Amino acid sequence: MSSCAQPAEDVQKEKELLELFEKWRGVKGALIPILQGAQAIYGYLPKDVILRISRELKLPPSRVYGVATFYAQFHLKPRGRNIVRVCLGTACHVRGGAKIFEKMQKELGIGNGDTTEDLRYTLETVACLGCCGLSPVIMVNDDTYGRLTPDKLKGILDNYQ
Amino acid sequence: MALVTVTIDGQKIVVEEGTTILDAAQKLGIKIPTLCYLKDINEIGACRICVVEVKGARTFMPACVTKVTEGMEVRTNTPAVIEARKVVLELILANHPMECLTCVRNQNCELQKLAEQFGIKEVRYEGAKREYPIDDSSPAIIRDPRKCVLCQRCIAVCSNIQTVDALTDQKRGFDTLIAPAFNEKLANMECVQCGQCSLVCPTAAIQEVDDTDKVWAALADPKKYVVVQTAPATRVQLGETMGMAPGSIVTGKMVAGLRRLGFDKVFDTDFTADLTIVEEGNELLQRIKSGGVLPMITSCCPGWIKFVEHFYPDLLPHVSTCKSPQQMFGAMAKTYYAQKEGIDPGDIFVVSIMPCTAKKFECQRPEMKSSGYQDVDVALTSRELGRMFKQANISVAEMPEEEYDAPLGISTGAGAIFGASGGVMEAALRTVYEVVTGKELENINFVECRGLTGVKEATVQVGDMPVKIAIAHGLGNARKVLDKVRAGEADYHFIEIMACPGGCIGGGGSPIPTDTEVRLKRIDATYTVDERMVLRKSHDNPAVKALYEEFLEKPLGHKSHELLHTHYTPRGICE
Repeated sequence: MSSCAQPAEDVQKEKELLELFEKWRGVKGALIPILQGAQAIYGYLPKDVILRISRELKLPPSRVYGVATFYAQFHLKPRGRNIVRVCLGTACHVRGGAKIFEKMQKELGIGNGDTTEDLRYTLETVACLGCCGLSPVIMVNDDTYGRLTPDKLKGILDNYQ
Repeated sequence: MALVTVTIDGQKIVVEEGTTILDAAQKLGIKIPTLCYLKDINEIGACRICVVEVKGARTFMPACVTKVTEGMEVRTNTPAVIEARKVVLELILANHPMECLTCVRNQNCELQKLAEQFGIKEVRYEGAKREYPIDDSSPAIIRDPRKCVLCQRCIAVCSNIQTVDALTDQKRGFDTLIAPAFNEKLANMECVQCGQCSLVCPTAAIQEVDDTDKVWAALADPKKYVVVQTAPATRVQLGETMGMAPGSIVTGKMVAGLRRLGFDKVFDTDFTADLTIVEEGNELLQRIKSGGVLPMITSCCPGWIKFVEHFYPDLLPHVSTCKSPQQMFGAMAKTYYAQKEGIDPGDIFVVSIMPCTAKKFECQRPEMKSSGYQDVDVALTSRELGRMFKQANISVAEMPEEEYDAPLGISTGAGAIFGASGGVMEAALRTVYEVVTGKELENINFVECRGLTGVKEATVQVGDMPVKIAIAHGLGNARKVLDKVRAGEADYHFIEIMACPGGCIGGGGSPIPTDTEVRLKRIDATYTVDERMVLRKSHDNPAVKALYEEFLEKPLGHKSHELLHTHYTPRGICE
């Protein structure tokens, strides 16, 4: 990324945030849609954006932060370009899901909910992906991989930049 | 309002519609145990200790939030109800550090009391425990989330009563954590250090920073000349730390106890409260005469000061430049008194006993060093002094009555009422009236200043000048007045603001429990103290007069400006 691309991107995000505020100005119950909109713009909810929302809605920062941490849909840390979900549901558990997760943590060098420093991957666990017949299962973004063994993970991950 | 008849434990009672089972039961003299419940402040049914059996209901109902209905039949103490409460308690205890013996709230803990009441002999549940670091970043308040039972009282008091909103519940389920936004350290936030959270916390999840070791060390140091000052409110609340009834007046006994602890001199913050009135009264008159910024707002309360710095920095020119009585005392002890007695001010160690946690923050403010040293070395809460007395086997109730030392222990009734909401205003009016009119005040009791009404307003005739006043206690009430000032809709001359409900007698460093009933008793005691004083007007205080003659020269003079007045720091929110 060139050094001048960043500010242009920031200006665009700032513009979108102001539009978001404008759209919801004076509307009751706007906090959650604004948080969702802001997350769509920034990919997550940075501290300064939470403070901006707090000032815009005249709500204490503590309350905005409380709501943002209550819902699993909101992220307070930057998210990776690729979301890796490892299933630890019952069927996957029985067929070695824990070993898959263990290996995945090693491959990526991060734990559950964390993101690699290069923002390439975010690792999450899920309770069921709804395809127990394929267990143990993982998903990377919208792609599903089943009947896994730990040695297959590296090859899968390499497909995602 | 419609009336309904309900039966609780076989007894019938008629109550107003909308009454909770808890309140209806109380009217019958039936006590239902509670934990998260805090009357008028936190009524959310979170902890489930208060569950009762309601005939026809599918599940047990929380008595604190369930409203009675016509014909309702309630049982509060069946074996099934008691078992349910025990399960609730054991589940809370399963995630609680069992450190009771070494906990600051030992024998003053609501959770411990319930465990004892329900005869919990073992905790049948084992599981993960929440591990969180202690937040000791603030000079006044310590947070230990491990001991938190998630009752949310602290959030309720901080949000609804104080409108500071420094604390919030974050995440959910087992991961729920009560902490400042961004899980930041308290010291970096807009927390005003008022300590109301520590006053309502049922356990030791939030408590004052304990500075008693520093005081013991100073008392043991032969080089230190250790003097103590006692805040106005301490004399009507300290007895409670040692089992005396709320509202017990323990002035002389506290003095005797402090002497037995080994303080070289026992002085009184009431003395500098009188001094504050002389300075602040003259500042008000000067502002009125010279077209200065009005309304002028009192500056005695460090919680209020931090609040205005964070939330209303644009109104700082309204705040009196007078230091608080605590800080005036420190500055006088290390200058005037040191000179008078020929003591090196570097050897003087000033301890203050305060009903307040924010005083710990105040005495560490960088500008509070006008004597050339930190003016007040340590501020202890009433609770901490209670602990020191206990450690030293000093029973306040059994102490003889002794007098404060002269001259910094000489005071008037005007200084004594500083501890109650409206007291600073009343004390100021007593002095301003006589300074302006040159006549003696016929009735010195300004009863319109007294009581627990959230915002008190009045117009007081001072000679031919009508003085419009407002008094607010609790920061939520302060906001109401400040918003009017900010909007230019307030034509007051003088406003008194105290951060804590009821004023300092209900301060965050007060004995636990402190509720409305206890506050009222301490307020009554405060005015009794005033009535018993020979002198009841600050400008009549002979020691204050001598201080001006020997040292300060005149109110608002050069020395006053240097030692007794201060400036403020605009602060952002979450920045």
